[in-house]
Amino acid sequence: MQEKFIVLAHGAGGKENESLIKEIFGNVKLNKVEGGIGLDAFDDGALIPAKTNIVTSIDSYTVDPIFFPGGNIGKLAATGSINDVAVMGADPIAALDGIVVEEGFPISDLKKIVSSMINVFEQENVALIGGDLKVMPKGKLDKIIISTTVIGMIPQGKIYLDSMVKPGDRILVSGTVGDHGAVITALQMGIETEIGNLVSDCQPVTPIMRLIRKFNDVHAAKDPTRGGLAMALNEFAAKSGVTIEVDEEYIPMKEEVSALSEMLGIDPLSLACEGRVVLAVGSEIADDVLKILRKNGYDNASIIGEARDNKDWNGLVLLKTRAGGMRILEKPTGELTPRIC
Amino acid sequence: MTHLELTKPFQSRELAKAIVKKINKLSVELSKKGFEKINIMHVCGTHEHTITYYGLRALLPENINVIAGPGCPVCIVPAREIDEAIKLAKEGIRIFTYGDMYRVPGSYEGLSQAKAQGARVTIVYGFLDAIRLAQKSEEETVFFGVGFETTAPTTASFIVNNKVPKNLSILMSYRITVPAVEYILSAPHNLNGIICPGHVSTIIGAGAWSFISEKYELPTVVAGFEPIDVLLAILYILEQLINGKAELINEYKRVVKWEGNQVAKKYLSEAFMVADRDWRGIGVIPNSGWLLNDKYDYLDAREKFNVKIDKWIDIKGSCKCADVVLGRAIPTDCPYFGTSCTPQHPIGACMVSSEGTCSIWYKYGGHMIRKMRKDINTEGI
Repeated sequence: MQEKFIVLAHGAGGKENESLIKEIFGNVKLNKVEGGIGLDAFDDGALIPAKTNIVTSIDSYTVDPIFFPGGNIGKLAATGSINDVAVMGADPIAALDGIVVEEGFPISDLKKIVSSMINVFEQENVALIGGDLKVMPKGKLDKIIISTTVIGMIPQGKIYLDSMVKPGDRILVSGTVGDHGAVITALQMGIETEIGNLVSDCQPVTPIMRLIRKFNDVHAAKDPTRGGLAMALNEFAAKSGVTIEVDEEYIPMKEEVSALSEMLGIDPLSLACEGRVVLAVGSEIADDVLKILRKNGYDNASIIGEARDNKDWNGLVLLKTRAGGMRILEKPTGELTPRIC
Repeated sequence: MTHLELTKPFQSRELAKAIVKKINKLSVELSKKGFEKINIMHVCGTHEHTITYYGLRALLPENINVIAGPGCPVCIVPAREIDEAIKLAKEGIRIFTYGDMYRVPGSYEGLSQAKAQGARVTIVYGFLDAIRLAQKSEEETVFFGVGFETTAPTTASFIVNNKVPKNLSILMSYRITVPAVEYILSAPHNLNGIICPGHVSTIIGAGAWSFISEKYELPTVVAGFEPIDVLLAILYILEQLINGKAELINEYKRVVKWEGNQVAKKYLSEAFMVADRDWRGIGVIPNSGWLLNDKYDYLDAREKFNVKIDKWIDIKGSCKCADVVLGRAIPTDCPYFGTSCTPQHPIGACMVSSEGTCSIWYKYGGHMIRKMRKDINTEGI
């Protein structure tokens, strides 16, 4: 390829479009589901042979900045949609992507982004079965937007829904909360010097979901992305009609995230995670789930509270604060950080 | 020392527990002594944030009532002054405003809505930003000077040091906290103690609050902004009540000096003169604001552009903002709170600023506290 920067013709569907796609997507090894039709066919659509329930999810990624400590928009686009499908209890098997890129965007950056995306799909054994690439004139788009759709199969007929939390369940998180949100917020506020060694937690949660699948008494799972832990817990409480009580002291949080949040006056519990899972599990298995997570490298996994049936408070999340006080953990309101993912 | 090393000890659950134990003991003794309710007022949005965010009211015995007073500088700017800013911005003059002020409604709309219609409004972090942006352009610009003793000195220092570019003037909306507290105390009230704001006291000095204990004979504590600071302030007030004392204590010695920041005070008195000013929905409070000193008249946006607003609407319908500011109502007393008035669609100013009591209660569940104190065993979980 001669050009260093994206031109409008790269999105026009002709020769330039074809050669760019071949160049940046040519190395996708897993490009169809077994027995199906995929990316290599360059046909109008893809085919997935299936006999079981299918879970699917789509997300558009607009994160600013597009490269950040711990990842980039490509890695995030693959990870985010994989995670949405995984926390439903499905095995992600296939993905489609839609990229819209601004005219003048460096092709080398596009390659980096796409190869990060492909790497995640490959590591997760997810076939990239189709995609689309368009170019917008300079100034009509801020650099790049990626949409991904991931398709997953439910292996044993078991699905995890936000509405299935039961009174008595213990609430677990798989690791420290707010890492991704803190990194992006600090970068947007121009205080990157305060980030220190903190990196985004952007990573697939599929290994966590595979570990917990062994247990029968796991009731709900969620990846606390936009709105963070606060939003995830509120959705559990509201959709399941239970009271969720959590203790801030047990919520794992990196020092950098605490410090940045205090500095910026934001609630770290509403900062996005991109590689964590919140679980509601039966009380008898909670310690075993915790043990297996910690044994497999999720050292910061923690039981942070429990669900109760308290008719006065059902639908709400109660937080015992760091200082020992109590308050309602509300759903985050307003725009905390734009373009977090 | 890192940020967390400074703050963490003041968030300690163990320490909080020990202080609350003492508070509980004293509150029983005080009710035996005939104190039915102990009303403690703080006058700082950040104190309200600490109290609500850390759920401290749930820790306090029922007869101790911590009330939010006038502590939000954005909440008390009269609608007239917002209307003035909007008028200028619509006439093509660029208005530099703090983000907190951007969404506060004036009589009919806020600066954010005006901007959506094409008015010239730019959000800045401070006066220095405004200076830099004004220097880069030829256009006439105005800085919306809002704040208490904490933000005013920065503006004053640039004025005194002659650093304000010719195309930048100031819409003076600064207010002073001490006269507002005196305004509350000089009227009939049922307060038993005052927690004074650490930030403001950094500038004016802890000593500036001595009138509360001397003239109004109320226990007074200048306090910091971590949960332990606030709990200690409450404890110190109760201890004084038990002993029948009314003294001024500086709990925030790690930051606040008795005499304050002399340099800042000098800048303030050189650049500004104290004047009677009105507070939103409250009316004129004597000596409660700053205007430019005569020799800096040329920086006065009102004079320069001849803005005059004769009619304005501070309070809409049954909005209780003014009462909330004065500590005479709590947000849930307002029929609009959380229903028609939310941070996304604010009716009153108190729902906009991060220092407004309504906004803090809405974001951090403060409105449920009465029920919570009754229902939940805070030892629990």
